[in-house]
Amino acid sequence: MLTTIRDLFRFSPSFRFGSLILLVVAILVLLSAASPYEEDKLRRKVKRNQPPAANYVFGTTSQGQDVFWTLTYAIRNTLVISSIAVVIGRGIGVVLGMVSGYLGGTFDRVTQSIVESVIVIPRLPLLILIGAILRGSMTMYSLGIMIGLLDWAYPSKRYRAQVLSLREREFTHTAIFSGMSTIKIVIREHLPFIIPFMLADVISGFLFSIGIEVTLSYLGLANLDSPTIGTMIYWGNYYQSIFVGRTWVMIAPVVAAILMVLGFYLVSVGLGEYLDPRKRLVRLQAHTDDNSEASPDDADPRKEKDV
Amino acid sequence: MNLLRTYILPRLLQWVMVVFVGITATFLIPRLSPVNPVDEMLARMTAFQSMDPDSFAAMRESTIALFGLDKSPIEQYITYWSRLLQGDLGPSFGNFPRPVSDIIATALPWTIGLLGTATAISWTSGVLLGALAGYYHNRRWAQVIERFVVVAYPIPYLIIAFVLILIFAAWLQWFPLVGGARGDPGFNWEYISSLLYFGFLPALSIVIGATAFRFIMAKSLTTTEIASDYVQYAELAAVPKRKIMLYYVARNTMLPQVTDLALSLGAIFEGALITEVVFAYPGIGFITYNAIYNGDYNVIMGVTLLSIVGIATASLLIDLLYPVFDPRVRLR
Repeated sequence: MLTTIRDLFRFSPSFRFGSLILLVVAILVLLSAASPYEEDKLRRKVKRNQPPAANYVFGTTSQGQDVFWTLTYAIRNTLVISSIAVVIGRGIGVVLGMVSGYLGGTFDRVTQSIVESVIVIPRLPLLILIGAILRGSMTMYSLGIMIGLLDWAYPSKRYRAQVLSLREREFTHTAIFSGMSTIKIVIREHLPFIIPFMLADVISGFLFSIGIEVTLSYLGLANLDSPTIGTMIYWGNYYQSIFVGRTWVMIAPVVAAILMVLGFYLVSVGLGEYLDPRKRLVRLQAHTDDNSEASPDDADPRKEKDV
Repeated sequence: MNLLRTYILPRLLQWVMVVFVGITATFLIPRLSPVNPVDEMLARMTAFQSMDPDSFAAMRESTIALFGLDKSPIEQYITYWSRLLQGDLGPSFGNFPRPVSDIIATALPWTIGLLGTATAISWTSGVLLGALAGYYHNRRWAQVIERFVVVAYPIPYLIIAFVLILIFAAWLQWFPLVGGARGDPGFNWEYISSLLYFGFLPALSIVIGATAFRFIMAKSLTTTEIASDYVQYAELAAVPKRKIMLYYVARNTMLPQVTDLALSLGAIFEGALITEVVFAYPGIGFITYNAIYNGDYNVIMGVTLLSIVGIATASLLIDLLYPVFDPRVRLR
């Protein structure tokens, strides 16, 4: 595992860059613990509408919040919401996709036609409908659960495709003919292929959930008292910061959102390159060809397989 | 006849299924929720006045009867369908008694115009740029485009819209912040140019995201395609590179992109919804936003239903057009 990360860090510029961005994000999240203001008492603490200066690094809002310290909480809360959504959505997706891939038959056909229908249905209007009904009683956690419950269709389809292709591989047939039990095949032979795929999939789940959190909060459908990236934009918009030229209130959450999704995405691109055997070969060949910093050990594909 | 049975019929069934699942979901969601929409609505309506409890109870009764919530769930479900089939989405609470279908009909052309233009531009440019960048992947410009796309791809539509507003409307002040058009509607240059002027940033914010999505797919398809034998043969036969690229590679990568467009329409539609809110563009997204703000529950319901049926129908049409592009489906 550690060797894999080290190799990725060395050979994949996008992984390197992405994990550096995520490191910055993580530092901001950790800083929220050192904030001089409590999370639910951020308002009316500092002078209103101050532009960025030495004492207020990112300025202050129209509600008397310090933008920087609010942002640390906002990033943390947005990540919490997305994590809940990812765990629920991918949980359903993995189970449904793998079960329908392994079972096949009528169950598979019925689930597939439901999944296909759910994929086509636009999710945002449904989320807006649910959000509008539950408005006022929405918390950070219920928002996460709600997003997760609507984000399982596409992942389940992809896991099913993975399982179907694994089932047709040579080694599965070998395992079956040598009398290995089904459970053992799934755990010992197939899971090592599914887990890296899941890792990349979890990251794309984060991308979706962050986007939806920001969108729903911006529409005023989340709990507007807890700071998230979306609610920061909501309040900035509510006090018309762009019209009156207080752009710093908007720039901070917008840039934070871009950094978060970009960090996640670049890491997943790096992982994807690592997972795709064709690309891995190309990369390894390129490195043995110019032989700039890679030692022959690093370029041995068999070595990476043991990791 | 074979085409009808193996291709068209399954897709029609799929459409029926999508519409059925979607409409049933919109029926179930309000009824399964812990919050009663009627109480929510009445609380909003009586927020600024005091009312004696008896008349409040009477009002509650009559509202429940109006929605037919006093009947059994199955009866409600049947009435729900029969009303939908007649195109009756109920009255708007915000602009009582204007019917919801009327409000949506006014907003729909704006959304279709914005969405249609943005989808056409982003699909074409994404497919072409992706094919070019995939084919000439060693060139400097191809790498520059790819860097740009990799940065733009994961950013949510809302954030793209705000970045554009901050740069072009707040800082450079080239484009207006909000609105749809200026002047009297009509076929004159003044009105049409203002349509373009006001629509530019909203359309651009959708185009950026959708092009990036298309580009990444087109590039990976092209990378697989140029490894195939016919491309190597054409190269050995000294067919001009531009010709290989445009006539063979790009055309072959377009087919999966057509199918994928049908699947990704929902995502682009969501982008259009949110873009309209940010730019106060007078389409479906904007009336949804106002409806959320006013607690106009019927309008939100109507928009949800319309978007499900609309997206499903648009996907169906794309799927049905597919045999026109791909002769293999016709001959199978």
